[in-house]
Amino acid sequence: MSNSNKSLAQLKEGETGTIEGFNNEKLSLKLLEMGCLPGCEVRMKYKAPLGDPVCVCVCGYDLSLRLDEAAVIQLKNKKIS
Amino acid sequence: MSESFPKIALLGNPNAGKSSLFNLLTGLSQKIGNFAGVTVDKKVGTFKATTQEEFEILDLPGTYSIYPKSFDEKVVFDVLTDTKNIDYPDYLLVVADASNLRRNLLLFSQLADLEFPILLVLTMNDVALANGQSVNEEKLGQLLGVRVIKINSRTNEGIDQLKTSIQHKEFKVPNKLYDYKFVAPEIVESIPQIVPNANGYKALLLAHHFESMSTLSSLQKSEIQQLLDKVEFNSKTKQARETIKRYEAINTIVDEVIISLNKTKAQNYTDLLDKIFTHKIGGYLSFLIILFLVFQAIFSWASYPMDLIDKAIGLLTGLINQTFGSGPLVRLVTEGLISGLGGVLIFVPQIALLFLFIAVLEESGYMARVMFIMDKIMRQFGMSGRSIVPLVSGVACAVPAIMATRNIDSTKDRLITIFVTPLISCSARIPVFTVLIAMIVPSKLIFGIFNLQGLALMGCYTMGFLAALFTAFVLKKILKTSETSYFIMELPSYKLPRVKNIWYTIVEKVKTFVLDAGKVIIAISVVLWVLASYGPGDALQKAELEAINQAQSSQITYTDLQLLIESKKLEASYAGQFGKFIEPSIRPMGFDWKIGIALITSFAAREVFVGTMSTIYSIGQGEENNDTIIKKMKAEIRSGTNKPMYDLPLSLSLLVFYTFAMQCMSTLAVTYRETKNVTWPLLQLVYMTGLAYVSSTIIYQLLS
Repeated sequence: MSNSNKSLAQLKEGETGTIEGFNNEKLSLKLLEMGCLPGCEVRMKYKAPLGDPVCVCVCGYDLSLRLDEAAVIQLKNKKIS
Repeated sequence: MSESFPKIALLGNPNAGKSSLFNLLTGLSQKIGNFAGVTVDKKVGTFKATTQEEFEILDLPGTYSIYPKSFDEKVVFDVLTDTKNIDYPDYLLVVADASNLRRNLLLFSQLADLEFPILLVLTMNDVALANGQSVNEEKLGQLLGVRVIKINSRTNEGIDQLKTSIQHKEFKVPNKLYDYKFVAPEIVESIPQIVPNANGYKALLLAHHFESMSTLSSLQKSEIQQLLDKVEFNSKTKQARETIKRYEAINTIVDEVIISLNKTKAQNYTDLLDKIFTHKIGGYLSFLIILFLVFQAIFSWASYPMDLIDKAIGLLTGLINQTFGSGPLVRLVTEGLISGLGGVLIFVPQIALLFLFIAVLEESGYMARVMFIMDKIMRQFGMSGRSIVPLVSGVACAVPAIMATRNIDSTKDRLITIFVTPLISCSARIPVFTVLIAMIVPSKLIFGIFNLQGLALMGCYTMGFLAALFTAFVLKKILKTSETSYFIMELPSYKLPRVKNIWYTIVEKVKTFVLDAGKVIIAISVVLWVLASYGPGDALQKAELEAINQAQSSQITYTDLQLLIESKKLEASYAGQFGKFIEPSIRPMGFDWKIGIALITSFAAREVFVGTMSTIYSIGQGEENNDTIIKKMKAEIRSGTNKPMYDLPLSLSLLVFYTFAMQCMSTLAVTYRETKNVTWPLLQLVYMTGLAYVSSTIIYQLLS
């Protein structure tokens, strides 16, 4: 088991995770509004050519956000799948 | 019936199809104004249900929630929470994207709690269908307690039904979706005692936003603060909790109304196109190709209507002169007013074409991808991916480019972009560059393919581009802001652009420019005309006589005499006097009073430089005269020496000056229009002209 939680920014292209919570309250408000809710599944679709921003699929649509914004989203520890 | 019609506000998420619906309902009755106190544009139109029954429709900025995160969204909050606001609506028309129903219903649920009568419009039903989903609108209507109408603004499906529903005022206050009181019961109860009318959900909103609300007195604010302190109200935690609870309520509803069509997903074009447009190489390459095509089109297409406008203005002037003679008043009209009007209209083709392309790229969803791939680069310079459209448009003309900064939602990013855009070399600099480069750079091919003059022109563009980046970098360090810049945005699916929406965008942009910036341009044109046509006392008559005397000693033709008179008159005019007056201050750059005059007259627009130079050197105005000007200027001798005036140092100095200097009143006018503040255009003028002055002086002093 890993001891620290993964954030959305650490996902590789094509990987999926489940949102657990946020580590920045101000940004979390915006992200919640955009449908990034705890318990929601989020998939890293692709990254911009320079690695930042990234495009994720959440709540059934494509959302673009910067890496430092993605790092705010904490993911649940995944069981080995 | 009285003058005031029922007011309907149009609300919805960005990209939900709100503007299409607004265009469908109001057509060309749209008017653009301002919301009180802010720079956000207000679009109002009239929907005529019958000849007697009209509705005023207000298009509010797209927003994801009632909690404002930007100035645009603050407007929505202000209008909906203040019953005394002149835009306070009677009804709400809420637009929701059926392919993304959960996220779109968040705003709806908040509006429902404000107890407005609402009619819900579902758009993008075809997109939902392509994703294998359909919304049961009857069921949704029952659960929400409002009338729900599906529309397709492409095929006009459902539009008639919607119009009838509006006409019959089928707006209903929705059912309570969830109990907001639990978030902070004490607040909801106590706030109405401090602020009358702030009942229910409004009380909670007030608790979150009272600090920025101008409608509250300072006493009310301190009372609210005391109350919040007492109950240890944490705004952020409460907001987060509210949003999560709302989504829970929405999820139950959405699960009941979405019908899965059990059919395999249609081929997803969006994913396919994204593979190309966001690819490491393909992304930038396709962007460059699209840019190239757009500029080719602008430069080759805009010249025809621009020539036509030029000719029409010339014709009109000629006609007026023939009919009314050429008295001072007539000349004020023709050479001041009408040529000023021409100066405004000449921009229209470029503005229209540029916004044609911007609208197509934006409507199709491609623009969001350009922002996506450019964001990291632009961020190094205090801008964001959203700045790329204005900066690139600046190569054609700074005026529409600055108008295109609207979609930058961070104020700081937007101001920086507006400020640096005029440093990007625009098409009006080309005539000046061409003349000056021809003077110092031979038209030779190097390596067999590159034209030396072409390379020099590219050098000027690079210089402007670098200056823009440098300035942005400096501003990034100087400007302070409390606003966070987000790049959390939806990447909408690709869609075919709608002709109607594009047409309305073009009309709106052209109208804004002609009406707002146009006034300033015409006013300055008239002033500049007066300066160039009148002189102190009888200076002009003397100048004419002197020219005639000079002509008698040397045999010259009648046309040449007229040109000589014009040249002498310009020298004696206020502009000429002023040119001589500023000569000492422009001498460090190597300029003389003749260039001084051109600097003044070309403040109207850079390309006027060439025209003024031809007048000063007594060359007839007209086409194919570039060679003559270049010849005359090459022959000019610097006074007191026997060296040529336009040598390498001076020509370079002039080139640099015209690259950097803010020689364009239209840009200043449009900066004023977009920032609603005199400080910004003034700063721009001082900074750019200062930059030009210092750079030109250094170059001239080093080289000569």
